[in-house]
Amino acid sequence: MTNENIQLDRQGNLRHFLSTEGLSRQTLEEILNLAESFASVKAQTVKKVPLLRGKTIVNLFFENSTRTRTTFELAAKRLSADVLNVNIATSATAKGESLLDMLHNLEAMHCDMFVVRHGESGAAHFIARHVAPHIGVINAGDGRHAHPTQAMLDMFTIRRHKGGFPPLTVAIVGDIMHSRVARSQIHALSVLGAGEVRVIGPKTLLPPAIEKMGVRVFHEMEAGLEGADVVIMLRLQRERMQGALLPSEQEYFQAYGLTPAKLRLAKPDAIVMHPGPINRGVEIDSAVADGPQSVILEQVSNGIAVRMAVMAMVLGRHPGSELTEQEEA
Amino acid sequence: MAILIRNGHIIDPANDIDRVGDLYLNSRILALDEAPDGFRPERTIDASGKVVCPGLIDLRARLREPGLEHKGTIASESRAAAAAGITTLCCPPDTDPVLDTPAVAEQIRHRAAKVGLTRVLPLGALTLGLGGEHLSEMKELKDAGCVAMSNAERAIPNTLVMRRALEYAATLGLTVILDAEDPWLGRSGCIHEGEVSTRLGLPGIPDYAETIAVARDLMLVEQTGVRAHFSRLSTAGALKMVAEARAKGLPVSADTSAHQLYLTELDVGYFNALCHVRPPLRSQRDREALRRGLAGGTISAVCSDHQPHDLDAKLAPFTSTEPGISALETLLPLVWRLAEEGSLTRSGAIASLTCRPAEVLNLKLGSFTPGTPADVCIFDPEHFWTLDAQALLSRGKNTPFGGWGFKGRVTHTLLEGRLVFELNDAAVG
Repeated sequence: MTNENIQLDRQGNLRHFLSTEGLSRQTLEEILNLAESFASVKAQTVKKVPLLRGKTIVNLFFENSTRTRTTFELAAKRLSADVLNVNIATSATAKGESLLDMLHNLEAMHCDMFVVRHGESGAAHFIARHVAPHIGVINAGDGRHAHPTQAMLDMFTIRRHKGGFPPLTVAIVGDIMHSRVARSQIHALSVLGAGEVRVIGPKTLLPPAIEKMGVRVFHEMEAGLEGADVVIMLRLQRERMQGALLPSEQEYFQAYGLTPAKLRLAKPDAIVMHPGPINRGVEIDSAVADGPQSVILEQVSNGIAVRMAVMAMVLGRHPGSELTEQEEA
Repeated sequence: MAILIRNGHIIDPANDIDRVGDLYLNSRILALDEAPDGFRPERTIDASGKVVCPGLIDLRARLREPGLEHKGTIASESRAAAAAGITTLCCPPDTDPVLDTPAVAEQIRHRAAKVGLTRVLPLGALTLGLGGEHLSEMKELKDAGCVAMSNAERAIPNTLVMRRALEYAATLGLTVILDAEDPWLGRSGCIHEGEVSTRLGLPGIPDYAETIAVARDLMLVEQTGVRAHFSRLSTAGALKMVAEARAKGLPVSADTSAHQLYLTELDVGYFNALCHVRPPLRSQRDREALRRGLAGGTISAVCSDHQPHDLDAKLAPFTSTEPGISALETLLPLVWRLAEEGSLTRSGAIASLTCRPAEVLNLKLGSFTPGTPADVCIFDPEHFWTLDAQALLSRGKNTPFGGWGFKGRVTHTLLEGRLVFELNDAAVG
């Protein structure tokens, strides 16, 4: 019952988007291709397409987020959907019962989609399992588990710069242990056939058995960056200094911060990515973050097109389908 | 009442009996095969084709009373136990209020006796309030009917307090039931640390959270000479250490829970909260080691680790759900299935639920030795049935075994010669 992949319906179409794990290469490429077609929308003077006209999308954020929520909101609006933002302080609804009650209340308002961010791993799966069948759920980050739209916008950015995945060596650097972004990236990269995925970090920030996810593990940054085509830096959260995971930010920057000198070990045309928000001088040097190889801001704008694609697919509206909709109406 | 159980397949491992026979009893076991002089059965139970074994002994089951009656009561859980063939069960002291005074022990025993469907043996708190700082009044608890001492799932981090608690228990000749989990390594986790915890991004409990605790406690057992029993071991490593300690002659034993013999971390799948238990479901390697340890005798007994929950306890994102399985009614089916699958003999399966747990607590129960209380479980080993979670008699419907097919179903349970459960076939069909 709970072991099946609830992301897909019986025909294999995307019903929810909860994780990049368990989806086919075809589905992931469809997201990227559709996002590519939406990417041109933002260049137009009228930035809207009417694909989701009449649909109501609820941004349900149990954790604070500016960038993710904003890009989801923009994506929904560019698809002509109505958007409702619900921000819930994490502390107020820690209990499952009130979470479910709230969901059922929102369902009663005839919403079509929940975009969920929650501090606990598995929250999006939990919600998807309990919502009314017509509602699609998109995971906008759950605990340490998954952040699939972030991973897909990263894939989109990589594909735009590098063409295809098979020849690429991708290095993910930093706090893999607590990173939902890294987990989703690793799954997506392996499904899309990336040549080699590396994770680089101290043992305290790498989860056990991470190599079972199909990555090569490096503890020394210099060795891990050697010959990389893509360098993905992860945010280091300040809390990690507590709990005896790291001695200090300074020492971390020395060992794992991305500086121009270390970046020179990667391929000359390597791109540098970061899911944001960045800690300058902790995991990345400003000279790199603002340098010519950085595509960090591009990632943010690509986020809108990718989220448009995922929303359209989950609600079963592909470009062209709006015509038949109108005829039926 | 004088009862004759006729023509059943009697499995009584304590007395090395595994054959068809007749059992004569009143409130006590009277005789096998030959009717005692002047015996006139007031009732005869035809057990043809059925297994007749001593009533089951469960070393660990939470009844939730006092304190959490919305999850279960002594009455509701006793009914489930009787239907599962369990005639004796031990309840850990983490009730509310904590079972650290004779009053609470007496209250539980009084309620259980009034319900009268299963024998409830309380475990007294090893430290006051389970706080791990002050010793409880163990002698008074013993006098009030506590059969052993336990600090439930609350570790005693202070090794000196642990030493004193074990020394004091040893002085009184009390058995101590130990839960082995390092309080620091295990604290934030909710699932076995490994491949699955990494994939799901859930905080893990490493297997060495268990082995480190077992290592420390074994050293203290050696020093204090206390009779100790490790409850619900889950790892291959801990088992190996217990086997070595037993070989050295230390007075230690161990049990595991029935679900650990079947499920692994993989069963958590995509956040299946019904598989949220503590200690967590471990790796396949651990599961195989537990099965071998049970067959080889390192594991003396299988317990249910019954933890009934209300519906809401499992309706939340995984980390916010409460650990535990409603497990009384799957105890015998799961263990019997091991025999069906051939990883245990039939007699070995019954022994792990009867005479061997009795031995752990030095109880004069769990056998058909004449003169002992007539606790009997009769089950039909050919009865195939499918578990419907909603049909559990326990107030807790939280089982991951819903939909599983089982062979073997309890038809009669007798507690001190009283029929406390009889399967109503019409209701089942």
